[in-house]
Amino acid sequence: MIQASHLSKIYRIDEVETRALDDVSFSVDKGEFVAIMGPSGSGKSTLMHLIGALDTPTSGEYILDGENVSKLKDDELARIRNKKIGFVFQAFNLLPRRTAMQNVMLPMMYAGIPMEQRIETAKKYLKMVGLGDRFDHTSNQLSGGQMQRVAIARSLVMNPSIILADEPTGNIASHQADEIMKIFQDLNNEGHTIIMITHEPDIAAHAKRIIMIKDGKIVSDSNKHAQRKIKKIT
Amino acid sequence: MKYSELLTESFGTLTINKLRTGLAALGIMIGIGSVIALISLGQATQQSISNQIQSLGANLLTVSPGAQQTGAVRGATGGQTTLTLEDAKAIQTSSQVNTISNVSPEFSKRAQVITGRNNTNVSIIGVVPAYEIIHKIAIDTGTFISQRDVDSMGKVAVIGPQVVSDLFDVGSNPLGQTIRITNQSFTIIGVTVSKGGSGFGNQDDIVWVPLSTAQKQLFGVNYLTSIAVEAKSQDVMTDAQNQIGYLLLSRHKLNNPAQADFSIFSQQDIINTASQTTGMFTTLLSGIAAISLLVGGIGIMNIMLVTVTERTREIGLRKALGATKKVIITQFLIEAIVLTFFGGTVGMFFGIIVSYVVSKLTSFPFIISPSAIILAIGVSAGIGILFGWYPARKAANLQPIEALRYE
Repeated sequence: MIQASHLSKIYRIDEVETRALDDVSFSVDKGEFVAIMGPSGSGKSTLMHLIGALDTPTSGEYILDGENVSKLKDDELARIRNKKIGFVFQAFNLLPRRTAMQNVMLPMMYAGIPMEQRIETAKKYLKMVGLGDRFDHTSNQLSGGQMQRVAIARSLVMNPSIILADEPTGNIASHQADEIMKIFQDLNNEGHTIIMITHEPDIAAHAKRIIMIKDGKIVSDSNKHAQRKIKKIT
Repeated sequence: MKYSELLTESFGTLTINKLRTGLAALGIMIGIGSVIALISLGQATQQSISNQIQSLGANLLTVSPGAQQTGAVRGATGGQTTLTLEDAKAIQTSSQVNTISNVSPEFSKRAQVITGRNNTNVSIIGVVPAYEIIHKIAIDTGTFISQRDVDSMGKVAVIGPQVVSDLFDVGSNPLGQTIRITNQSFTIIGVTVSKGGSGFGNQDDIVWVPLSTAQKQLFGVNYLTSIAVEAKSQDVMTDAQNQIGYLLLSRHKLNNPAQADFSIFSQQDIINTASQTTGMFTTLLSGIAAISLLVGGIGIMNIMLVTVTERTREIGLRKALGATKKVIITQFLIEAIVLTFFGGTVGMFFGIIVSYVVSKLTSFPFIISPSAIILAIGVSAGIGILFGWYPARKAANLQPIEALRYE
């Protein structure tokens, strides 16, 4: 599903080079539930942006679903984000003052899916995340947990290859966080591939595999096969 | 993605953020409205002044005593006594002058006019019946000065509506009442219709009496202060001017036009001068309009820039969810076009209504200048669309993650 080899990202601000990601290689198979962990400034967000086709690497190769994303142009990246990646952000990022339905239908609008099908699909996924009675609520009428569930429904409507969650429980109360994690686990059990960025160990514990990052490098990977590889290198 | 769908999405954004949309539209509205109102008022003023001059008589030539330029010295017009009733009669009857239809010898002087309690200082004009035709005097009630009044040196007067309101109580009928001018009693035989006065002397604040009475009874003179001559048509104005000029030169025994002790103005000269003046006025107003266009434009620019900038996060999100650059820019462009079109249309009606109200409150005509509308809408729409498009393009060019993080 995902093959990343020798990914590097260098930011250059006022002649000062920052190596946010330094020669990172890993792969993720279909159906995996991976948590990427690391302290702030470790490069985990940068890695997430590269995986999410929100940004392109300075060097290295990133292959998603057989397509070399690191070489793609802007509009092709937009297509990849639209069709292959479902985003769940820490800050929910719903369009303010729009209803849950309108927010969930947005990716389908950009994909050019007919209206009837959009409505049907959006209802299906909103019901799935337990918001069958909140179709026409605007984001300011929803709690943090409910907003994140709308965001999850939105990430699912295009049936993406991976769901990419960036600190999905960072902005919501802990009892709601458990519900959110339950949804992710259910999705994973149904066969969805999930990559989650977090710095909380108890949230990461829901995942089946944990990749630790520090100073732009992978320092551990609970995937045995990968671990062996790392040991060999070091 | 279809354009109809982008249109729906744009309308959605505009209707959801009513305050933001309203403010942006208001900026555009005021920019366009004020420009249209200002230019229309300028043109209305110009039109009003030339209308008033036209209403004084377009084929009119005025012979005044006093020198045209003689060397570096110019005698004060009206300060001389060279024009006589005989001159006027000669102009009327001479075979040399065949391009005129009416001649009105006039003597005018300001004097105090008194009724029982009230008094006012107005122009007293001694006239003959031809005055009514030449100066297009319209009588509201009663009659104008007749030939019999002139022949009999009658103590009768026709007064303007301003004089009526100055001397008489509201509602009372001035006809048949008596006014006193330099201690002599005159009976009012007519009141004129209001011409609406401003600029070139108030046409409503005049008392007309028979010329003979004015010259002999009131002021004791035998000269005229002016002779108004109506040419047969506007085409022969120059001929008439020359013919009268030569006739008077020979009557006054002068050989050289440079020595003339009279001058002849045509109404056209006055219109030309006035047009120049009002033209300057319009230029001034256009200047003000241009400044308000600029200010309005900057206002539009500001609100569009702020609107798009505060939506950078939204643009980032839309890009993350799969919107291409083109789709983003198109959506913002549609929003800018809808906004400027809506604001522009309302602003146009706002400007037209202001011009209409002002024309109702004053005597100005109601003029809407299509060029002003095109200019105002063109510039404002141009600015609105440019500054809706430019920041949207900038935001659409950002990496989605930068846009998402934008604070």
